[in-house]
Amino acid sequence: MRYLPNTPAQQKEMLRSIGASSLEDLLSPIPPKARLRRPLNLAAALAEGDLVRHMRALTALNADSDQYTCFLGGGAYDHYIPSPINHLISRGEFFTAYTPYQPEASQGTLRTIYEYQTMVAELTGMDVANASLYDGASSLAEAALMAHSATEGREQIAISRGVNPLYRQVVATYVEGPNLRVKEVPLGDGTTDLAALKKTVSGKTAAVIVQYPNFFGCLEDVQAAADICHEGGALMIVATDPVSLGLLTPPGALGADIVVGEGQGLGVPLSYGGPNLGVFATRTDLVRRMPGRLVGATVDRDGKRGFVLTLQTREQHIRREKATSNICTNVALCALMATIHVALLGKHGLRKVGELALAKAHYAAEALTKIPGVRLRFGAPFFKEFALQLPKSPERVVKRLAKEKILAGIPLKPFDRSLKDCLLVAVTEKRTRQEIDAFVQALSQAVV
Amino acid sequence: MGNYPIDLKYTKEHEWARVEGNRARVGITAYAQEQLGDVVFVELPKVGIKVSQMQAFGVVESVKAVSDLFAPLSGEVVEVNAELVKKPELVNQDPYGKGWMLVIQVSGPQEANALLTAQQYEEFLAKGGH
Amino acid sequence: MSGYDKLIFELSSPGRIGYSLPAPDVPNADPKELLAAKHLRASPPELPEVSEFDVVRHYSRLSQLNYGVDTHFYPLGSCTMKYNPKLNEDMARLGGFARLHPLTPETHSQGALQLMWELARDLAEIAGMDAVSLQPAAGAQGELAGVLMIRAYHLARGERRTKVLVPDSAHGTNPASTAIAGYRVVQLKSDAEGGVDLTDLERNLDEEVAALMITVPNTLGLFEPRILEISEMCHAKGAQLYMDGANLNAILGITRPGDLGFDVCHFNLHKTFTTPHGGGGPGAGPVGVRAHLEPFLPTPVVTKTDDGYALDWNRPQSIGKLQAFWGNFGMLVRAYTYIRTMGPDGLRAVADNAILNANYLMKRLEPHYDLPHPGPCMHECVFSARRQKKLGISAMDVAKRLLDLGFYAPSTYFPLVVEEALMIEPTETESKETLDAFCDAMIQIAREAESTPQVIHDAPVTTPVRRLDQTLAARQPDLRWRPRGG
Repeated sequence: MRYLPNTPAQQKEMLRSIGASSLEDLLSPIPPKARLRRPLNLAAALAEGDLVRHMRALTALNADSDQYTCFLGGGAYDHYIPSPINHLISRGEFFTAYTPYQPEASQGTLRTIYEYQTMVAELTGMDVANASLYDGASSLAEAALMAHSATEGREQIAISRGVNPLYRQVVATYVEGPNLRVKEVPLGDGTTDLAALKKTVSGKTAAVIVQYPNFFGCLEDVQAAADICHEGGALMIVATDPVSLGLLTPPGALGADIVVGEGQGLGVPLSYGGPNLGVFATRTDLVRRMPGRLVGATVDRDGKRGFVLTLQTREQHIRREKATSNICTNVALCALMATIHVALLGKHGLRKVGELALAKAHYAAEALTKIPGVRLRFGAPFFKEFALQLPKSPERVVKRLAKEKILAGIPLKPFDRSLKDCLLVAVTEKRTRQEIDAFVQALSQAVV
Repeated sequence: MGNYPIDLKYTKEHEWARVEGNRARVGITAYAQEQLGDVVFVELPKVGIKVSQMQAFGVVESVKAVSDLFAPLSGEVVEVNAELVKKPELVNQDPYGKGWMLVIQVSGPQEANALLTAQQYEEFLAKGGH
Repeated sequence: MSGYDKLIFELSSPGRIGYSLPAPDVPNADPKELLAAKHLRASPPELPEVSEFDVVRHYSRLSQLNYGVDTHFYPLGSCTMKYNPKLNEDMARLGGFARLHPLTPETHSQGALQLMWELARDLAEIAGMDAVSLQPAAGAQGELAGVLMIRAYHLARGERRTKVLVPDSAHGTNPASTAIAGYRVVQLKSDAEGGVDLTDLERNLDEEVAALMITVPNTLGLFEPRILEISEMCHAKGAQLYMDGANLNAILGITRPGDLGFDVCHFNLHKTFTTPHGGGGPGAGPVGVRAHLEPFLPTPVVTKTDDGYALDWNRPQSIGKLQAFWGNFGMLVRAYTYIRTMGPDGLRAVADNAILNANYLMKRLEPHYDLPHPGPCMHECVFSARRQKKLGISAMDVAKRLLDLGFYAPSTYFPLVVEEALMIEPTETESKETLDAFCDAMIQIAREAESTPQVIHDAPVTTPVRRLDQTLAARQPDLRWRPRGG
């Protein structure tokens, strides 16, 4: 077995020095009754070549974005991933290290996290970001719990129906234990109904949550929502797509107290939805309520700059049941992908990505809505994603376009029955005019 | 050992109280700050909050440890040491002086009888009390 | 190389670019014509302006400031820092996995769904469980899912239990996850042998207890010999038994959580099943349950039907979702690859060699460091540096000196029940030669503690930075770079 180096002769020698006659001697504490007396019922081992063949056969059943033109979004996007990212994150020194418990032997990881925290703070317009949480949805749930504790136990969360429904489901799971009440705020024309929000917010509200751009791609009036939120003494939580923030006004400038987001678009592969990158940022005065790891700069005993995990008393390994979160392992490597991505795109690249996606999405929307019977479901301004109302069942349209190797979008019926005739379409900077024209052509035939 | 002023009263959770009339100044003992190591953060309540005896009123943190702080006496918090926000190290440097944490307007002075004297506290520590 | 001290921001030079984006190929590309001014960012973020090669050299040099499993023996107890096979990486990067969108129609993601279904089936067999959810993103989220399922189970039976019992030797995530799930945590004492104190268990075990949560083998590296008795005691009171699977590596093919009486267990794919630790994740924390808890699994569940594989959302008793999509799929591909590489005999050999390596190492070090809970151990052993502490050398000092001698450090000061703990997990992928070299270094340090302690106090001297001021970092948090004068 190529991963197990000890030879039979060495195993014997080691047993001898332990003073055991066989391995069985070492297993004596295990109750004989509970021993497994047969091999595990698993498929036999495969040689490398055979296994690769098997895996390739599995991938052949999947419609990936190399083979298909992808207009799918809904929280995961087919964005540009510059080549150096995979090469750099694959270096064993990054890849096979763990949480930097020994800072002197982990400065590489610690420095990249410090860079990451800075980049996220810059993009979101907040003071401080953590080292990452699992994904956008669980980050949002953690933000809700944080708001509950930061508002001294207020028990209601007002969440816009413009927030990704999958995220809302995760929030519902996380607030079950602390028994918080989630109040959903309806939409107006694609964005949160602010009058309804005003009625929902009270002295019991811990947080108001909106998404920007929201699940339907629309741009919320975050500042107006934040004003309503703050009047009620609650914390404003904004879920965002950091890819958009090279171009869009950062939530930090719009009254957000906590900004969370899905960082997958920053150089992390789609990978069927995970691992993703949970972005989390807040204001300085809330930092001790923050979940997750933090890296800080300090000096070593010779006065040289160095980096360490800090403010660890918030975390489970010290504070145990009183910790701000149960998170331990986060997604450091995905944060590294994002760090390298943002470094490569730099001060102006993300804006260019945003401009391209914005323009292409609007070009596509315009062309698609020229098809008879097809129209934009909402009137609110949008970024790179929009809901299309179709004259034919979206499920059938999707099926039909898949035959032409186009992933047309996400039918919205499973998320909201009132949108059963709608398809959510995402257009990233990677889509070419030619691809969009082909999509329009195919869709126009599919809805006849 | 030995740095336990006789004019103070002590708790088994390592707080001290200096009763001055119907007010008591509160902090943590030299032993407590030694055990914690370098104090990096102290979280104190707001003035006006009511505390009752042996109820947690805040936390004190070092790099790798957190301890709850317990009120030696019941009453209303009338003063907190704002200096500790910027200079938590005062708790290490001068636990009975500049490292004080709060002043309580005592509601039940008789509660002080339940606290340890310096001698009793030292005996408690000698028995390995923590 | 070790002198490298730059941050990417400090390499920035206005006008440099590191990306390649196409020119707009659609009309009307001016954002001001498409969006109102209030939606457009007023000034660009302070991000670096660097070339592609700047980036490549910077991160290559930063990587060299790290120790990783590929470069160094990494005996971090409880973390199972074994070799991460390169083949796993190739498989996870295949386009059909890496570039598959999670909301691709099920008819067009059958390969991914099949892989998930088969992995869940295999993990269930390995753990003796009836069903497995692959959704939790890491061990701690697996714990949360497990405890929430236990809660839902009790509530469905009309029982509102309030407490969960957790031993004092547990990982911090156990009490933290339990608290988030809405339970009061009651800490149990360990007995002199390091196991669960049955008297304390008996005293605390009443109808208010929803579950007992324990790690097997425990964090001292010991197998709990009375596990069947504990299981009976808990079940007699209607409490569920949860196994923290962090140490599952030790029992692969030898015994199974289900056969030991556990109702729930989570798996750390980044420990037992060789997915890389990545400097702190991503991991994956699937959770397995016995049949009575199956209705409560997170949604959706991957099922096999006559028409192929599907995501089943119709689970009325489910605890709900834990992350937006289906799990850390990239990690699932790696774990699947590993299981198919090893087969049943290979996995059993993993446990055998992990146990052999840990016992060998323990035997060699026993004369030199105190061993509070003598063996045999399972996959790891916990020494105490209390003998060295009397000479002024702490567990942390030993750890720092090891860095100079070319090894990463064991876990220190955990579990909390061992004073000056040094928790060492060699894993099965290290050879006897490596273990001997590590033991030689540990023995050298024990001798230095007696003869030349200053060498240890000075350590580390070979690392890019020396001991760092943690107090300063916590008192004056500096959590982001700022431009000079900014």
